Amino acid sequence: MARDFLMDKYPKALVREMEADENGYSPELWREMAELGWMGLVLPEEYGGSGMSFLDLTVLLEETGRACLSGPLFSTVVLGALPILAAGSDDQKQQYLPGIASGQTIFTFALTEASAGYDAGSVAVKAIADGDDYLINGVKLFVPDAHVADYLLCVARTGESTQIENGITVFIVDAKSQGLSYTPLKTMSGDKLSEVTFNQVRVPVANILGEPDKGWEIVRKIIEQAAVAKCCFAIGAMQQALDITVEYAKERKQYDRPIGSFQIIQHYCADMAIDIDGSRFTTYQAAWRLNEGLPSTKEVAIAKAWMSEALGRVTPLAHQIHGAIGSTIDHDLQFYTRYGKAAELSFGDGDYYREIIAREMGLS
Amino acid sequence: MPGNQRPSQSDIFPEGSPAKMSWGKGEGSMDFEFSQEQEKFRRDVKDFLEGEMKQGTFKPSCDAWIQGFSPEFTKKVAQRGWIGLTWPEEYGGQGRSHMDRLILTEEMLRYGAPAACHWFADRQIGSAVLRYGTEEQKRDMLPKIIAGEAYVGLGLSEPEAGSDLASLQTKATEDGDDYIIDGQKMWTSCGVFMNYIYLLARTDSEAAKHRGISEFIFETDLPGITITPTIDITGSTAWAEVFFDGVRIFGNQLIGEKNRGFYQVVNQLDYERAGLERLMGNYPLFEAIVQFTKETHRNGKPLAQEPLIRQKLARLQTEFEVGRLLTYRVVLVMEEGRAPNVEAAMAKTYSTAFEQHLASISMEILGLYGQLLGESKWAPILGMAPHSYLGATGYSLQAGTSEVLRNIVALRGLGLPAS
Repeated sequence: MARDFLMDKYPKALVREMEADENGYSPELWREMAELGWMGLVLPEEYGGSGMSFLDLTVLLEETGRACLSGPLFSTVVLGALPILAAGSDDQKQQYLPGIASGQTIFTFALTEASAGYDAGSVAVKAIADGDDYLINGVKLFVPDAHVADYLLCVARTGESTQIENGITVFIVDAKSQGLSYTPLKTMSGDKLSEVTFNQVRVPVANILGEPDKGWEIVRKIIEQAAVAKCCFAIGAMQQALDITVEYAKERKQYDRPIGSFQIIQHYCADMAIDIDGSRFTTYQAAWRLNEGLPSTKEVAIAKAWMSEALGRVTPLAHQIHGAIGSTIDHDLQFYTRYGKAAELSFGDGDYYREIIAREMGLS
Repeated sequence: MPGNQRPSQSDIFPEGSPAKMSWGKGEGSMDFEFSQEQEKFRRDVKDFLEGEMKQGTFKPSCDAWIQGFSPEFTKKVAQRGWIGLTWPEEYGGQGRSHMDRLILTEEMLRYGAPAACHWFADRQIGSAVLRYGTEEQKRDMLPKIIAGEAYVGLGLSEPEAGSDLASLQTKATEDGDDYIIDGQKMWTSCGVFMNYIYLLARTDSEAAKHRGISEFIFETDLPGITITPTIDITGSTAWAEVFFDGVRIFGNQLIGEKNRGFYQVVNQLDYERAGLERLMGNYPLFEAIVQFTKETHRNGKPLAQEPLIRQKLARLQTEFEVGRLLTYRVVLVMEEGRAPNVEAAMAKTYSTAFEQHLASISMEILGLYGQLLGESKWAPILGMAPHSYLGATGYSLQAGTSEVLRNIVALRGLGLPAS
């Protein structure tokens, strides 16, 4: 159903339009997606959601990859709704989740800074207590959809400790707060990322998600879920790239025969299928474990590390089979290349996760 | 061999063997050094390029040989006699060796110089005219190219004729002493800048497809020619579609023999594949990413000290060195007067894979920053990495796909049986 909807409502012409659009999403389409229940898919019915699981969400996310959907769906649901559902107080859930489910509230997550790392040591933006509030100062980078968000979950350092993961707090920040400014970053995909500057941004204590100084566990879980979500997106993109490549190989003739009849092209397509299925099942495994609440660090790492490798082979092969026409801006193939790469980089790349795998193997 | 006689190169490497390497000194010796004259020439080219950079004539950029159009720069190169370097002096060339041209182009690529206006004419059109053109054509075309005034586009590929070039459909119909051209070319290199086009067209629709093709060169400001830039995945317009609608050209613009054009162009394709641009088109990125790792710190030390980064860059350097030697070998074959059919196919297949690897590794090193385009605040190394990453999708396709080239190596080089 999601695939039919997106094929009908989100053709590649709209993808192009949204790349050029400052906001990066269509408000009309956003409303339709909300009416279909996409934003509230994993939220309990008491908040206006459908009460479905993280696994159900992965199916939807895979379809957004096929369609190369840009816009704040991933940010709002994965980076906003899931953490508030998991760690929010009853008041916070009541305050934010219904708005998310109805499509009225857009969320994002501000973690990475100039160091571009996903470890606790990379958090340097400071939040200092000031009466009943905190004051946040610093610069966050690569924040998705910040320029259209209503709220940002901002990860800031509130205390010092010998344990680098201690002293980190997650704040729910009103995007219109005084002192916040946004500078768009021009990226190679449809992702609208921003530099977000916090200049004495005041946040009430009531807007702390979870407990002060103990926010890293929330962040760690967001990273794991986001990494799996990006894998889902990439699987959809890679699968669509394979599907259109196979169709092309059947139709395109050179030397009086379809190029798909050449053995090397057949082997390329087979290799792509193997890579994509490997990515699919490692991702499903990680998603299932997250859904079951099981320790998932190694499985998430394997899924994203493999996705990174698979993407590095699948899109180049798709281009190779398409020939030069696939390298024009008018052709659809370049969407999967660019958006897939963005998904690979987001929330940890192959090198980052292979290091985690090495640790999980006991190699430290 | 007699006990204390050193084996000669001929003993170890049979005649015609690709392993026979000598580019500084003469025949019969293995020598990986350049001569003093060659080193001086390289220094002259470097001095020129560094001077131009200091004056702000150009900034190093990737794929500048194909996307960097600068008539002013081309004129300066022409004034030094560096276009048509290997062509006979009687036509205005310098009569120098292919190795000298390789040294010249190596430095142009290293510095990312905007040589696209003259690159194609210099690389392959001049030699096509020299080999197959009439005396009149040589005296007309070669001096113009040498003077940096003729920018020649390559009209070969068509929508239905990519790898299967012989299937081309653009027609050249005889009309008295003239030809009338109708059809469409795509991926025309230098298409947006050319004032001449080299065209492959069908002159006999009844003959077997390879036997009905002819070569032409003519000016492009003719009625009936429409040029539409092609925007590629990086957003650049290095190529164009060219539409021909009843375009009248002269009979003396046919190059070589009518209907023998396909056999004539095969040699030209070797030249197209033979050069260091297949390995060094993104050399500015290679230098920039190495420098980036020296200057950028993480956890208190330069990236260049991290073992993983060192391994990645060392692999790239090794791969680069291999590609350089494979390409130098092509020139040695050309110096022997042989067509470097197999050797050029091998060098290009290898080199374009290196370029793709370079782009991929650069993106890995840059992490999240790799996705930022050149105009974006925070974009490192002028956005060269994502530009090359996207552009690299075409390298193993242009001028002969790696699949076609591997066929050449397998069938012609190794003698494997055709299906």
